Amino acid sequence: MLQEEEDLSLTIAHIVQKLKGSRLYSQLERQAWVSLQKPEIKLESLKEDIKEFFKISGWEKKLQNAVYSELTVFPLPRHPAAPPEHLKEPLVYMRKAQGSWEKRILKSLNSMCTELSIPLARKRPVVEQKELLNKWNEMGTDEPDLSLFRPVYAPKDFLEVLINLRNPNYENGDHLNLKTHLGLIQVPLKVKYISELKEFFIELSLNTGQLGIDDATQVPPELFENEHVRLGQKVLAEQDSAAAQQYIRQGSPTALRAELWALILNVSNQPEDLLYYEQLKSNVIQHDLLVDSLIYKDVKLTASNDDYYFVFEDYLYQVLLCFSRDTSVLGHFAYNSASPPKSYIRGKLGMEDYAVFYPPNGVIPFHGFSMYVAPLCFLYHEPSKLYQIFREMYVRFFFRLHSISSHPSGIVSLCLLFETLLQTHLPQLFYHLREIGAQPLRISFKWMVRAFSGYLATDQLLLLWDRILGYNSLEILAVLAAAVFAFRAVNLMEVTSLAAAEAVLADLSTLKVMPLLQIFLFATIT
Amino acid sequence: MAGKVKWVTDIEKSVLINNFEKRGWVQVTENEDWNFYWMSVQTIRNVFSLEAGYRLSDDQIVNHFPNHYELTRKDLMVKNIKRYRKELEKEGSPLAEKDENGKYIYLDFVPVTFMLPADYNLFVEEFRKSPSSTWIMKPCGKAQGKGIFLINKLSQIKKWSRDSKTSSFVSQSSKEAYVISLYISNPLLIGGRKFDLRLYVLVSTYRPLRCYMYKLGFCRFCTVKYTPSTSELDNMFVHLTNVAIQKHGDDYNHIHGGKWTVSNLRLYLESTRGKEVTGKLFDEIHWIIVQSLKAVAPVMNNDKHCFECYGYDIIIDDKLKPWLIEVNASPSLTSSTANDRILKYNLINDTLNIAVPNGEIPDCKWNKSPPKEVLGNYEILYDEELAQNDGADRDLRNRSGPSIGLKGSRTRDTGKTALTTWK
Repeated sequence: MLQEEEDLSLTIAHIVQKLKGSRLYSQLERQAWVSLQKPEIKLESLKEDIKEFFKISGWEKKLQNAVYSELTVFPLPRHPAAPPEHLKEPLVYMRKAQGSWEKRILKSLNSMCTELSIPLARKRPVVEQKELLNKWNEMGTDEPDLSLFRPVYAPKDFLEVLINLRNPNYENGDHLNLKTHLGLIQVPLKVKYISELKEFFIELSLNTGQLGIDDATQVPPELFENEHVRLGQKVLAEQDSAAAQQYIRQGSPTALRAELWALILNVSNQPEDLLYYEQLKSNVIQHDLLVDSLIYKDVKLTASNDDYYFVFEDYLYQVLLCFSRDTSVLGHFAYNSASPPKSYIRGKLGMEDYAVFYPPNGVIPFHGFSMYVAPLCFLYHEPSKLYQIFREMYVRFFFRLHSISSHPSGIVSLCLLFETLLQTHLPQLFYHLREIGAQPLRISFKWMVRAFSGYLATDQLLLLWDRILGYNSLEILAVLAAAVFAFRAVNLMEVTSLAAAEAVLADLSTLKVMPLLQIFLFATIT
Repeated sequence: MAGKVKWVTDIEKSVLINNFEKRGWVQVTENEDWNFYWMSVQTIRNVFSLEAGYRLSDDQIVNHFPNHYELTRKDLMVKNIKRYRKELEKEGSPLAEKDENGKYIYLDFVPVTFMLPADYNLFVEEFRKSPSSTWIMKPCGKAQGKGIFLINKLSQIKKWSRDSKTSSFVSQSSKEAYVISLYISNPLLIGGRKFDLRLYVLVSTYRPLRCYMYKLGFCRFCTVKYTPSTSELDNMFVHLTNVAIQKHGDDYNHIHGGKWTVSNLRLYLESTRGKEVTGKLFDEIHWIIVQSLKAVAPVMNNDKHCFECYGYDIIIDDKLKPWLIEVNASPSLTSSTANDRILKYNLINDTLNIAVPNGEIPDCKWNKSPPKEVLGNYEILYDEELAQNDGADRDLRNRSGPSIGLKGSRTRDTGKTALTTWK
């Protein structure tokens, strides 16, 4: 009891600390000053009157949403004596593994620089700046020669690293027993049992109305859809992040999604945000970074060829180039097991005083990175808003899909959850695929790393991401990956090679996400 | 089951031939007895020409109406629509209502258009009203973007007419008429790009009118960014979305071919603009297609041996108003991508299922109302008989209270929203 109280006061202190530096804080302060002119604010009851004023004027809601946002994004502070790296990742062997993975990436990046004799960064000559500014909206028409560039890494390289992860304190033993994990991931982490998943995803159960199921054309809209839409409008009118997050667990109506997501992510697109975006844009115009070519190449390799997303090619460049310059992204490394790579000014290698983060946001894009942005283009046609939503999605969720950590939403836990679900609930299938050398994770890994973007039809993907936001968790990705295997189990039992298994699962664009999840979680084995 | 259908085609496209073979039909030459002839528009002209004196028998079916050009030639389509509007106006129909600027409220769906050289003086008058606008010149009888150019100065059109008079090459085809239309200069852009819609519409009979809309239409995107600036007037890649043109662009992508499904468009518009305006847009698109067909129905030779699958080209402007640009009698059956191939194969498959019931030797006297199960990806767009029955019902009901909304056209994919615009 005492401990809880202590934790709570720590949390409060932490959040107060965080908010003190925020724009909202100064806005509130200004509003409070302004309110003093109002006749209803009396000196004798000053505190209460100002509180009341904040409530009526809607500022209280904004504060509430900001606190809620802090609570969902940042992990609660642990013991005050715990060192800050525990906030990043409590397990030493995970931290080490992430560290050596980062070294590898950086080495590969550096060797590309040397090979191509291209600097990591350079200032653009004025003529080039002008040119770029002119074609800002049509960067896709440019065809620079990128044949020498290659993605720094692809999901399958990353998977190899995860497969080789070991906990030095844990003895696997040679003899098989009931608990032996037959999958590729060999580290012991706590992942949810299906009974726990059922409880966690209770709003997805068979008795609850679901967009993605109960809005099908055969179902009369009076049964669920109309009422759900009405409720959604109410939630938006209230401007309450927490309510929006609860609401979206049952799926967002297409027409309300953009606003609901913005509300949950606490993105308001104020004039200051627009200014900030313009500033990032001018940074892009002024400096040329090596990662720009990587971004360019990645968009060309992925979204430009995609039936759904090719239309948005130019938006992707804009968002991703600005993202690479955005130093506010560095803030998320406080709770990300990864650390931003450092580069040194020429001739000063290793001297901390001359170190800079590279790229400025600390994130090196890999093959498929642009697919995190692409689906959002269906929701936001204003680049600055699109940008903010993406940045928020990244620092809340997507970074976990390519960092080594023990977090329940981290990619290692997702892989383990996926393998455990299959091994426990479809043992025959799991065993069969393993025997023919088609470890299921080899197929599903890329789906999870990209949060299924580029694999599902966009409407289905958005329904899936609704639930990521709604539950503030990426675990749904592992459940869906397992559900896809369950759905194709009959065909998979017949294949005799990895290639054949891959062929069975090559096209996910016709799948309906919500029925698959519901059946897997609630309608099969208990 | 009396014998197999004997088919002929003068369009060697695999999406056609595969469909015929799948049904176990037998290929014959055009000089033999045939039941089903999928022919080009050139051939249909000969078949129904007076000289040929060809008489089709009851078990023969072709894929064009004899005078389909009333709809599919740009000049005639516009002429027919203008006439249709005048007639409705004369009847005092509420459909012909005009706004305060004298524009039709419900029937203004084709950009202002004139025939050249015939309407030259009318055009000049209109041009002077808004001298800053851009106009698009199209030869009446050509398709796939051939012979199209843009102008924004009167001098350009004078030069064109001088050139065509002096050039001996053109004079031999002096019959070649052009239409000039006001260019939609504020198209809806997605990702900064211009696009048009290609929708497939099947007509099985004009009197009574019965037509079907294919659910799997698509948007065709320009590969080059759209700029309304006049300096780019010569760059056709910016302005024309025809695949035949875009294919020659450097940026043409052979995986998606610059094509986006209509369901993507709907998802995008509903997400960014809202459900209501999106529903209204699609209702309006259906509306203008039906009106264009009603406009030509009285002049169409409703030959019972005929059906036709049209390719409708529609542009949406930035106020989400759809404009009918043109109708094609022979929409391309060439497949530019793998998805395209599947789409066109299915399009022909579903078309044949409606036009040739059960794949059996046809009897053109059948009532041409196939059961719902065979429609595939088609849905009924308008059924005049149903609509009239409904209308009669409505008249009865109207006496007891208002009930507006034209049925008989069922737009299932607009979901459960009531048709608001069908007044």
